[in-house]
Amino acid sequence: MFADYTWAELGSIFAMQGFSGLILFSVLLLMALGLAIIFGQMGVINMAHGEFMILGAYITYLTSNLFSTYIPELFGAYFFIAIIFAFIGTFLLGALVEWSLIRHLYKRPLDTLLATWGLSLILQQLYRTVFGPREVGVTLPDWMMGSFQVSEMIEVPVNGMIVMVITLFITVGVFLFLQKSRKGKQSRAVVQNRAMAGAVGIDTARVDRFTFALGCGIAGIAGATFTMIGSTGPTSGQLYIVDTFLVVVFGGAASLLGTIASAFSISQAQSIMEFFLSGSMAKVLTLLTVIVILMLRPQGLFSLKVRR
Amino acid sequence: MKKTISPSRPGTTRRTLLKGLAAIPAAMLLATSAYASDVNSTGLAVTDDTVTVGILHSATGTMAISETGSIQAEKLAIEQINASGGVLGRQIKYIQEDGASDWPTFAEKAKKLLVKDKVAAIMGCWTSASRKAVLPVMEQYNGMLFYPTFYEGLEQSPNVIYTGQEATQQILKGIDWAKKTKGAKKFFLLGSDYIWPRTSNKIARKHIEKLGLKVVGEEYYPLGHTQFNSVINKIKLKRPDVIFTTVVGGSNVAFYKQLNAAGIDLTKEKPLVLTLSVTEDEILGIGGENVEGLYASMKYFQSLPNDNNQAFVKAFKKRWGDDIVIGDVTQAAYLGPWLWKAAVEKAGSFDIDKIRKTLPGIELTTAPEGYVKVHPNHHLWSKSRIGHAKKDGQFDVVYESKELIEPNPFPKGYQ
Repeated sequence: MFADYTWAELGSIFAMQGFSGLILFSVLLLMALGLAIIFGQMGVINMAHGEFMILGAYITYLTSNLFSTYIPELFGAYFFIAIIFAFIGTFLLGALVEWSLIRHLYKRPLDTLLATWGLSLILQQLYRTVFGPREVGVTLPDWMMGSFQVSEMIEVPVNGMIVMVITLFITVGVFLFLQKSRKGKQSRAVVQNRAMAGAVGIDTARVDRFTFALGCGIAGIAGATFTMIGSTGPTSGQLYIVDTFLVVVFGGAASLLGTIASAFSISQAQSIMEFFLSGSMAKVLTLLTVIVILMLRPQGLFSLKVRR
Repeated sequence: MKKTISPSRPGTTRRTLLKGLAAIPAAMLLATSAYASDVNSTGLAVTDDTVTVGILHSATGTMAISETGSIQAEKLAIEQINASGGVLGRQIKYIQEDGASDWPTFAEKAKKLLVKDKVAAIMGCWTSASRKAVLPVMEQYNGMLFYPTFYEGLEQSPNVIYTGQEATQQILKGIDWAKKTKGAKKFFLLGSDYIWPRTSNKIARKHIEKLGLKVVGEEYYPLGHTQFNSVINKIKLKRPDVIFTTVVGGSNVAFYKQLNAAGIDLTKEKPLVLTLSVTEDEILGIGGENVEGLYASMKYFQSLPNDNNQAFVKAFKKRWGDDIVIGDVTQAAYLGPWLWKAAVEKAGSFDIDKIRKTLPGIELTTAPEGYVKVHPNHHLWSKSRIGHAKKDGQFDVVYESKELIEPNPFPKGYQ
């Protein structure tokens, strides 16, 4: 396979391949973070996670239209404002959903699966009615497209870099939030022992709502970010949901570190195998490996030791 | 059922009499009444002034993105036929059913249209999977389906008219063109992982090798795949002259955005990207700036300059809005009702068996794509064209085959 190439060419290709693995890692991690909070921390199986992401993408689309119509001179910077809008919009919808639907189901975690699946169908149809069944094209500022030329062969895509930076930022933010902040500690306390948390004076209902909304908000940021690399349509969220659950379950619920490790190993395995085998085969092998590991280690890569 | 009633039963004479009485006013109104009662007696939903057809597409679910254009085209054609006097003096009514992107639903709705509504024809289906699901129903209840999508071939049914191109019509000329005009020698085949891309690439590979050229890679990705960085690296390593792609749906958006981000500028044509699956419709979602310079091989582009097409585009925009675009399949869907009307009028009847006899040889000089003709194998003779995508999402037609290409759904030496 490599006989016709010089070492320099091979070197650059592998460098780029390594980089594409890192981009995939950022993408997987970013989509899984929101779910890691909702499923990992709260035990709610949120099947509408993909639709929350797409809401973020649609908010980005609306923001881009707003900027190009009213303030075209600032179009180059709209994306960052869109991310903030996407976070606020999905955060609010998340809070609403928690209040109206999820909080009645905390004692029946399996029913949240059905309820949120229904919610995902409702949201899909809503997007279809509002934005039409076709995918919308989100226009990006020119500086976000294209690539840096590092050497003659190595080119680094700009949007990949942006995804990596955003992911890094959000991951660190979530980590600090859960470990250091008062609200974060409260939410972990509620997850680990609801009754005791209530007994020491934590308003568990409020903490639940905040945690759920936060997870949705991060999904919204992910959706906004993915307008750079993927499609935005009523059913696009479905493209992400399997990978998202895969990452969270494989990493071990309730462990942020596990999510990161799992996203990293899945993305590297996938990306290396894609290069040497065909795309579909790589996917099959990745899934098989994950299944085998989960059979041997059902709690996932990392698990929190808690007395229940 | 009517046929089984024996003439000696007393009720029958009364019924016949009543029927005869009922026919009198009609006879006074219509000069063609004697002929009309003959036309109405096919067991289909035909009355003296209406005939009912079915429209069967996904208006909901993941395929709604693609099928909406076909629904609009079929409705427009029906409205235009009605405005010009209908078919055999009858206005066309349609019953629209939603296949909901679910193949068993398609089969069930097709059965409902044929058995309960007794429609005279069905315009519908989009994916090959939905057509395969509907096919046994069409054959069992003897219906006639007008199927608009370009597809992989290897099928021919007495109950289906294929108004899109089958694979060889779409592929062979495209590859010839890349060789002759662009001097292409090495091809990289890339597709979504299901029957249409795999069959298309099989035909493409055979043809490429027959021309003495080389296939340097063949790759498939699951439907909905959104990460193409690895395959883009592989493409860079193999340095093909042409990336020949049959990636469909949402994956397209990811593919072209990532191709662009990886520094492969389509306008530089290094490598050149030739697609079978991106029409004006898809570009709406991908964004014109991401596919500028892309080549597409199909039979219709919205920018075709002929008079038929100008009128069609104008009427389509008037009916469905100015910012709408028309892709290859939408145009093929528009042909369905017109071909059916021509066949019915030639047969002088709506009867399925009669129009099956008249359909081969039916010509349409008013087709937006130009002239088309039904082949005895139920596919259409049509031209092959190559379009070059512009930033505004439209194509410049850079090549058009001189002659009509014969449909060949079972290509020898390509299977």
